Amino acid sequence: MAVKKTKANRETGDEAAALPALFCDYQLDGAYDEMLGRDRVPRPAYEKLYQRILKLAPEEFHQRQQAADLFFLNQGITFTVYGHEEGTERVFPTDLLPRIITADEWRVINDGLTQRINALNLFLKDIYHDGRIFDDGVVPRDMIHSCRHYRPEMRGINPPRDVYVAISGSDLVRLDDGRFAVLEDNLRVPSGVSYMLANREVMKRLFPQMFLLHGVRPVDNYCQALLSTLRSLSPPHRPNPTVVLLTPGVFNSAYFEHTYLARQMGIELVEGRDLLVHDNVVYMRTTAGLERVDVIYRRIDDDFVDPLAFRRDSILGVPGLFNAFRAGNVGMANAIGTGVADDKAVYAFLPKIIKYYLDEEPILPNVETYIPAYDDDRTYVLDNLDKLVVKAVGESGGYGMLIGPHSTADERAEFRQAIIANPRNYIAQPTLALSRAPCFVDDRIEARHVDLRPFILAGEQVKIVPGGLTRVALKRGSLVVNSSQGGGSKDTWVLSD
Amino acid sequence: MLSRVSDSLYWMSRYLERAEHNARLIGVNLDLSLELATAFLPDRWARPLAAMNAGLSPDETADLDAMLAVLLYDAGRPVSVRACVNAARENARQVREQVSTEMWQDLNRLYLRLRGAAKLTSDEHGNFCRDVIEGSHLFQGLTDATLNHGEGWQFIQIGRYLERAMATSRLLDVYFASYMADGAALGAVEYIEQVGLLKSCTAFEGYCKVYTADFQPRHIAEFLLLNEEFPRSVRFAVDSVQAALAEIARDVGARKTGRAERLAGRLRATLDFGHVDEIMADSLHDYLGDVTRQCERIHAAMYETYIAYTVDSALAS
Repeated sequence: MAVKKTKANRETGDEAAALPALFCDYQLDGAYDEMLGRDRVPRPAYEKLYQRILKLAPEEFHQRQQAADLFFLNQGITFTVYGHEEGTERVFPTDLLPRIITADEWRVINDGLTQRINALNLFLKDIYHDGRIFDDGVVPRDMIHSCRHYRPEMRGINPPRDVYVAISGSDLVRLDDGRFAVLEDNLRVPSGVSYMLANREVMKRLFPQMFLLHGVRPVDNYCQALLSTLRSLSPPHRPNPTVVLLTPGVFNSAYFEHTYLARQMGIELVEGRDLLVHDNVVYMRTTAGLERVDVIYRRIDDDFVDPLAFRRDSILGVPGLFNAFRAGNVGMANAIGTGVADDKAVYAFLPKIIKYYLDEEPILPNVETYIPAYDDDRTYVLDNLDKLVVKAVGESGGYGMLIGPHSTADERAEFRQAIIANPRNYIAQPTLALSRAPCFVDDRIEARHVDLRPFILAGEQVKIVPGGLTRVALKRGSLVVNSSQGGGSKDTWVLSD
Repeated sequence: MLSRVSDSLYWMSRYLERAEHNARLIGVNLDLSLELATAFLPDRWARPLAAMNAGLSPDETADLDAMLAVLLYDAGRPVSVRACVNAARENARQVREQVSTEMWQDLNRLYLRLRGAAKLTSDEHGNFCRDVIEGSHLFQGLTDATLNHGEGWQFIQIGRYLERAMATSRLLDVYFASYMADGAALGAVEYIEQVGLLKSCTAFEGYCKVYTADFQPRHIAEFLLLNEEFPRSVRFAVDSVQAALAEIARDVGARKTGRAERLAGRLRATLDFGHVDEIMADSLHDYLGDVTRQCERIHAAMYETYIAYTVDSALAS
């Protein structure tokens, strides 16, 4: 099988023969390749890694891959796949070839994301207070008010430091010209940061030499930065704030991450049943009695946070928590109602939002987005379903998505119906040629699509650790990188100057 | 420490202790079957089954492999070793951030190994039991070596030793019930059974050091019930429970002695000053029944004080 493909490559692409045998299945076409330039010569930042790959004995690599897999399995670094009865706990597959980002590229990402989170926090404050941006006709009021994650209960409430989104992770993709663009912002309860940290830990064990050679910037101060961000959200006059992480519990897909972060920060990992509210003050039940809680890093969706304020059937939340937050007696990261700003239709307005609040041009571009709620866009979208990616605006994790070029006629018909029935619920984007990075697959090096999720902290100031989670679409040709949909990850190396 | 967390640590430890105890009981009795040189005898297993409170149907005790399929591998049956390890691991998973990485890895490894051992051949049952016992020992060592000896560690101690005190009591009761009923001197078979009882508590060598290899029911009862230094004796276990409860009370800054501490202190005193001749002259069965009841009360009182207290009582204090 492999031999055949090599021949085919030789016949069609005359230059492919120039790549070493290890690369016989390496796909190079219009998409940006992270390692190889157009001339099939490794980019300068990848030169050392490329040389190392060439010297690589597959057995040796196999051994290290096994060591890495064992590390993840024994540590229980797993996630839960919904909708499967058996084997719901899975190891998140890791590829051992790091993804490299140069210091210059990182500067752009860092500045762009900082600009973005600042604008988003100003935007959230505005829409939950005066709504100037509506009055000035920049964003239509009804688009925000019709958003599934808009919370009228938040109107007039002032979160500590006006920070609505303290913890977020934005998904970046690299366009075919090599620029990074933002594909979506995750402003509710983004996950994945523990994989970034675990990947790094494994790589340091397995390839210590490579780290020394490259000058990789460290990421392990993330948890410290997270804790100080959370502390900065404490109510005033609480000199030694008690911070807790509120998890939905062991059945949540990101439970491992919750435990990991709580342990690294040395804070309590609590569930809803551990907390109670008395006189608008939040307490946790401890063996020594009730202890006051000052800041909650909640990994529970808005809907489930407080059965008195939101969904009544929630057993994950804490009755009265929202009132305690409203009274200013407890800080919460993120605040309620931030999901309105990562609605995929609002995303399309982000360049205008940045311009409006900061009077700056966006440093990181958006991906072109069509909004079927507008007649022109809708016509275009319906005519081009086979070319576009259609996404439900309130969904995440790769659910509720149509990838036009890979879809069947039935799926397209289904989405056509859905879009016509409820155009506000969808957006469409051109099918992007996501950049590809080298991965170790079946004893060979193959190219797989990747994206990048850096993690942004905004408390007293904005902090982004240099790195992120590079997610890989492990299936050949697949564009979906979500862990719930068969994606994997690799370590991300941001080089120092 | 969160009440829920102490609850999970406590049960993690109890379940692992139970897994170890059941695995040892089964392993020892498998071994004994060989020495008794008979094929499978359902009667032989009556005592260990009663000690485990196994509740097997007659079908399930019809032949050895069918019985072991339940006792060792059937994750759906609470008595099985695998179910106990699963429960221990599930409790640890609930408080993953509270146990050390080393502890978690060990427990997870044990869990994965058992999961892979669903269909073992008859020759491998013994190894399976030894694996579980070893895994549990390793876990205890790691717990002592890698976890802060704070409140959480104390709850782990309580879980282990309360389970142990009750398990050893039950085992003694079951063995001595039939011994007393028979009322006969030790024949060759009974001799092997008494040695089996000691081995079921890893007490063989410990016993010999104190009494030499002279096996007297009275000495065996004394050793397993009242010995101060043997880590699987009822007294040792109760001493440990009492000490851990006292530490926890100190840690949380309790101002007055709680009910759990008081009950544990009283039980400890009973055992510390107990004498085997008096106990056996009276009724060993009643005595052991009382120990078990006291252990259950300690459990309930501990829950009431630290884990499942009412909010009103907490706000009032």
